[in-house]
Amino acid sequence: MMKRQSIALGALLASLPAVALAQSGEAGITGVNVPAIILFLIFVAATLYITWWASKRSSTASDYYAAGGKITGFQNGLAISGDFMSAASFLGISALVFTSGYDGLIYSMGFLVGWPMIMFLIAERLRNLGRYTFADVASYRLNQRQVKVLSAFGSLAVVALYLIAQVVGAGKLIQLLFGLNYHVAVVLVGVLMVCYVLFGGMLATTWVQMIKAVILLFGATFMALMVLYHVGFSPERLFREAIAVHPSGEAIMSPGGLVSDPISAISLGLALMFGTAGLPHILMRFFTVNDAKEARKSVFVATGFIGYFYILTFIIGFGAILLVSTNPTFHDANGAVIGGTNMVAVHLAEAVGGSLFLGFISAVAFATILAVVAGLALAGASAISHDLYAGAIKGGNVDERVEVGIAKVTVVVLGVVAILLGIAFENQNIAFMVGLAFSIAASCNFPVLLLSMYWRRLTTRGAVWGGGLGLATAIALMILGPTIWVSILGNAEPIYPYDYPALFSMIVAFTGIWLFSVTDHSEAGALDRSRFDDQFVRSQTGLGASGRMIH
Amino acid sequence: MEQYNERYRRILADPRFDELVRKRGRFSAILSALMLGLYLLFILLIAFAPHLLGTPLGRDTVITWGVPVGVGLILVAIILTGVYVRRANGEFDRLTSELLAEVK
Repeated sequence: MMKRQSIALGALLASLPAVALAQSGEAGITGVNVPAIILFLIFVAATLYITWWASKRSSTASDYYAAGGKITGFQNGLAISGDFMSAASFLGISALVFTSGYDGLIYSMGFLVGWPMIMFLIAERLRNLGRYTFADVASYRLNQRQVKVLSAFGSLAVVALYLIAQVVGAGKLIQLLFGLNYHVAVVLVGVLMVCYVLFGGMLATTWVQMIKAVILLFGATFMALMVLYHVGFSPERLFREAIAVHPSGEAIMSPGGLVSDPISAISLGLALMFGTAGLPHILMRFFTVNDAKEARKSVFVATGFIGYFYILTFIIGFGAILLVSTNPTFHDANGAVIGGTNMVAVHLAEAVGGSLFLGFISAVAFATILAVVAGLALAGASAISHDLYAGAIKGGNVDERVEVGIAKVTVVVLGVVAILLGIAFENQNIAFMVGLAFSIAASCNFPVLLLSMYWRRLTTRGAVWGGGLGLATAIALMILGPTIWVSILGNAEPIYPYDYPALFSMIVAFTGIWLFSVTDHSEAGALDRSRFDDQFVRSQTGLGASGRMIH
Repeated sequence: MEQYNERYRRILADPRFDELVRKRGRFSAILSALMLGLYLLFILLIAFAPHLLGTPLGRDTVITWGVPVGVGLILVAIILTGVYVRRANGEFDRLTSELLAEVK
């Protein structure tokens, strides 16, 4: 393992500068960005060293999927925030604030409020019942095979959509920031992702996410402070000057067109809020801590960092109105922002910190993507090896080493698939994919998980039919909606008029689960219900839960 | 999990288990309703009365009500999770370990 690891590391380090030089003809927004490449190489070297260190400490399935349950609550909270704060939320939300002001804050709110709900409703029960994946919990008292197949499909659908969105976004971003060719960038992201997850498992992935969270929070804090320094630490002056230079004037201080109709607003709100509670790579993080106490601490730490981060992006967006929109060096001949408005945070970095800080923020953006895709790859691999292979096919009777071996093969396959899809989707509109991933998570994974823990009368039949219907409805409504049906397929009118399916697909899922459970009078259904009491006591007390402590 | 079944039944029969479940259930239900209600109110305000959030705080400021409400909601989310952790990791965990010690 060690030898293979060091070869991979050496090959990678050797190839990077060569790639950078070979691509020096490609112009990014600032040509080839030397400080960015150096800082990024330091990040890669540090994370690969950690991967090598982690690979020596990772031998069992519990090590591979859950870092042996040895991560502390604080570390896990930091890693969760690292997993959750994607490049899309850093660049995208600050860009949204830049173009429409207050609306950016509305968007980030939806992402945040999911966290308290996870805390109050599922965190401790999840930790007490599960081992490696949320499917362990959903299938705890139900038919392992059927529920794990459903959950694995739910997980894979979410992971695939999220991964494509991240990889395509990464390719474009790296092309702009580093002056690297799109295909080279996509391959680089895929190879690094595979390295972390293949050799270092959950332990390495956790550390990559923690390091990324720290440098992202540091970078964003520095930018926000510099913006506030620029206006003499007076929010009044920040907003007043922004209104003076922004084309929309005072309108940037009130809610605008982002969420004009209530159905779309509620549908988006539900998808963001409950989708978070159904994201497999996020739920998986809860099994890396020892017990429910640490799990609760990690949600608190994560909520704190994520909330703080969104406040920073709000300041950064307004700072960009002041410092980027008024500076001609950041605009092309036609007056458009170079690289598109998604790059305003990057331009702001240069405006407040010079080229070295620009390099730092570029490297942070790259690191951010790597941390998110590593978490996704691990969740995807677990869905196949732990849920489908060990759970559904082998019925739980499987040699740990074979299971981890399958997870590792899956990681490599996922890496290749992610690279190929990243290249295939290069020129496609991928903005809808994250929204769809959240909608599926909210309409399939979340209802089954929630009701399996809370509702005694739930049976396997109800879970499989209801969850399946929720999944199918979310996908169907998305295809028939404005984004795919009109913008991509070119039809004149959408059949489903709203952007987000969650409001309706969640209703379908919950109704389906209810209907197919209460009408289930089979013996298997009675058995599912009879196991509720034991599950309930364990979920409340943690007696029998996996972890380091022996009760 | 068979080795735990007997202990699960004893815990289930313990009145203190009822107390734990009732207290914690009520606490998390109240906090969830508070968070969900405030967020829903916020979304409905945006959808039906956006001008309310767009009203300046005072005559000599450009800062609108939307800013403290938005930032306040973020802080409320953080504070509520903190409040829950405090009570759950203290009082509720004490009750739990008492229960578990009993059935050892």
